[in-house]
Amino acid sequence: MQETTTINNNFKSEEYFINMGPQHPATHGVLRLLLTIDGEIIKKVEPDLGYIHRSIEKMCERDSYQQIVHLTDRMDYLSSHINNEAVCLTVENALQLEIPERVKVVRTIIGELTRIASHCLWWGVMGMDVGALTTYFYGFRDREMINDIFEETCGARLTMNYNVPGGLMWDIHPNFVNRVKAFVKHFKTKIPEYDRLLTGNVIFQKRTKGVGVLSKEDAISFGASGPVGRGSGYSCDVRKYHPYSALDKVTFKESLQTAGDTFARYQVRIQEMWQSLSIVEQLIDNIPEGEHRVKTNAVIKLPKGEFYQKVETARGELGVYVISTGTKNPYRLKFRSPGFSNLSLLNHIAVGGKIGDLVATMATLDLVIPDIDR
Amino acid sequence: MSIIEMVLIALVYLGIFSVAGLFLVLLERRVAAWFQLRIGPNRVGFQGLLQTMADALKLVSKELTGTEKADKFLYNLAPYFVIITALMALGVIPFTKDFQAFDINIGIFFLIAISSIGVIGILLGGWASNNKFALIGAMRSGVQTISYELSVGLSLLTMILLTRSLQLSEIVEVQKNGWLIVQGHIPAIIAFMVFMIAGTAETNRAPFDMVEAESELGAGFHTEYSGMKFAYFFLAEFINMFLIAAIATTVFFGAWLSPFGITESIPWLGVFWFLLKTLILVFLMMWFRWTFPRLRVDQLLTLEWKYLLPINLVNIVIMAFVVWQNLIIQF
Repeated sequence: MQETTTINNNFKSEEYFINMGPQHPATHGVLRLLLTIDGEIIKKVEPDLGYIHRSIEKMCERDSYQQIVHLTDRMDYLSSHINNEAVCLTVENALQLEIPERVKVVRTIIGELTRIASHCLWWGVMGMDVGALTTYFYGFRDREMINDIFEETCGARLTMNYNVPGGLMWDIHPNFVNRVKAFVKHFKTKIPEYDRLLTGNVIFQKRTKGVGVLSKEDAISFGASGPVGRGSGYSCDVRKYHPYSALDKVTFKESLQTAGDTFARYQVRIQEMWQSLSIVEQLIDNIPEGEHRVKTNAVIKLPKGEFYQKVETARGELGVYVISTGTKNPYRLKFRSPGFSNLSLLNHIAVGGKIGDLVATMATLDLVIPDIDR
Repeated sequence: MSIIEMVLIALVYLGIFSVAGLFLVLLERRVAAWFQLRIGPNRVGFQGLLQTMADALKLVSKELTGTEKADKFLYNLAPYFVIITALMALGVIPFTKDFQAFDINIGIFFLIAISSIGVIGILLGGWASNNKFALIGAMRSGVQTISYELSVGLSLLTMILLTRSLQLSEIVEVQKNGWLIVQGHIPAIIAFMVFMIAGTAETNRAPFDMVEAESELGAGFHTEYSGMKFAYFFLAEFINMFLIAAIATTVFFGAWLSPFGITESIPWLGVFWFLLKTLILVFLMMWFRWTFPRLRVDQLLTLEWKYLLPINLVNIVIMAFVVWQNLIIQF
C-alpha cells in the first residue's frame, strides 16, 4: 500500500486475519478456522484440520473386522451405533450372512434413538451458539434419557460397541421396550417445548433466516448429505433410497426444506426428530423373537473384492469402502464421512456474513470434529 | 458535610454494594439454574449464600496475568473505569427518603452521564489488551452503548415531562399521587418498555451481549483479564444491572413508596419496597438473559435506530400532549 497520502486513506478499512480455534467455544472441538475479516464481515474461511487426527483408517488395516467396529465409535461419537452398524453391515453383506429379524429391528430402533440423541445435543448447542444458553440443558435432559436406555442395554452411554459382525453383542435388556416407550411418550411433549423456546423466537428467526444459504446445485456438487443437503431441497436420505436393517419395513417421511438457509437446516432436524420417533414407535411393539446374533467364524475373512455400504448417520451419509484381499484384515478401508463434505462448503456459504452468522451457520452444519478428522 | 463524613459514607456504600453485587451474582446463578433445570450453587453456606464470597476470595488471591504486548497503563486502568462509574452512580439512588448519599438537582442527568463513562473502560480494556477478539468486543461495545444511550436518555426524558424535575427526591415526591407508570399511562408504559430494552443493552447483557458474545468472541473485551481485574468487570456488570433496575424503580414505580401507601407510617420500610421492586426488575432482566438468543450486531443497530428511537421520539410527543391536556391519572 504505497499510495500517496490522501485524506481518505486515513479511513480506509483493511482486512485482517483472525484465528478462530482450535480452542474456541463455537468450533465444538478442535477445529481451527482461519478467518479473513473486514470489520465484522467475513471475507474468507479456511478450515484447518489435523488437531485430532488418529489415523483410524490406517489402524483399520491392522485390525480384524471385529476390532474395526470399536474404532468407528471414535469417529462420529454422537452416532456411534450407526457407525458400528455401517461396518457390520459391510462385513455381513460381504459374507452374505442371514441376519435375524430381531437384530435388524433392534438395530434400527437404537439407530433412530441415536439420531434423536444426536439431534437433541445439536439443538442444545445450536441454541447456545446463537446465545440462548438455556436450550443446552433442555437438550441434554432428553438426551440423558436415551443415554440411560443405552447404558442399560449395552453398558456404555456414548461409545456403544453394541454391534458385532453377525448381530448384537447381547440381547436387549428386559426393560428396554418399556423404557423406550416411556421416552417416546416423554419426548413427544418436549419437541413442542423446543419449538416454543427457540424455533418461534423472533430473534432466533432473524438470526437464522436467509443466513448461510446453500443452493440445491451447490449442495449436490459439494457432496452435502444429511440434514445439510435436505435443508437445500436435495433429497438424499439413505434410509429412503437404500434402506438397510429394518428401515424397509417402516413408513416415514423424508424431511425436506427448500430454502437452504440456516433455518431450513434447523427445521429439517426438528422434523427428523419427529420422524425418528415415529419409526421407533412403529417398531418397538413388534420386536420379533429370535436369536440376537448369528455365529460367525472367530476369524472373519472377507472374500476377495471391494465392498461398499452406506448408512444415514445423524449428520448424513456415512460410507464404508473396504478392499479385501481375502485375509483377516482389510487391505484398505475408507470412510466417507458426512462431516468432511459438509465442512467443505463452509467457506462457500459463510462468506459475506457476519461473525455471528458464521457461528450460526456452523452450528447447523452440526460438525463433529473427530468425524471429519479421522 | 465534612470530608470525613463523606469518606465514611463512600466506604459504607462501597462495602454494601460490593457485597450486594456478589449476591446479585449468586442470584443470577440460582435464577439461571432454575430456568435451566439445574440446582445451582448450594453448598457453600446456607443454600450457597457464601458461594460468590468464596469466588471473590479466590479471584482476589489469584495471580494477575496479562499479555506481554498489552499497553500496560491503559490495560490496568480499564477495570477501574468500569467499576468506579458503576459504584458512583449508586450515590444518587434514593433507597428511602433519608438513605440517599447525594440528592443533587440534576440526579437523572448525573445517572445517564455517569453510566455512559463505563463504556470507556470497556473500550480501553479491549483496545489495550492487544487481542483481536477483545478488540472486536470493545468496538461492538462502543457502537452499542453510543446507540442505546439515546433510548435510555429519551425514555427517561419522557418521564421528566411528567415530573418537571431532574432531582430524584422530587421525582419520588410526585409519585405520592400514584406511580409514574400509572400517572403517565400509555406513553409511560411505552417508555418503560423502551427503557428496559435499552437498559439491558446498556449493561451489555443478553440478548444484547454482543460485547462478550461467548460463542463468537470467547470472552470478548475481558479475554485477557484475570483475577481481580476480571472480577471488577464482572461485578460492574451486575451493579450496572442493579442500577438500571433501580432507575426504572425510581422513575416508573415510585422508588421507596409502598403500594397504596400501606406502610407510609414506617419510613424505613421504604428500603424493603425499593429493593423488592428493584429485584423484580432485576429478575426480569435475568429472565431475558436466560431465554432469548443473542441479536446479531447489525440487527442490534437496526433495532435501536429504526425502531426504538422513532418510537421514543413519537412517545415524547404523546407524553407532551398528555401533560399539556392534563390527561394524567392521579389518585
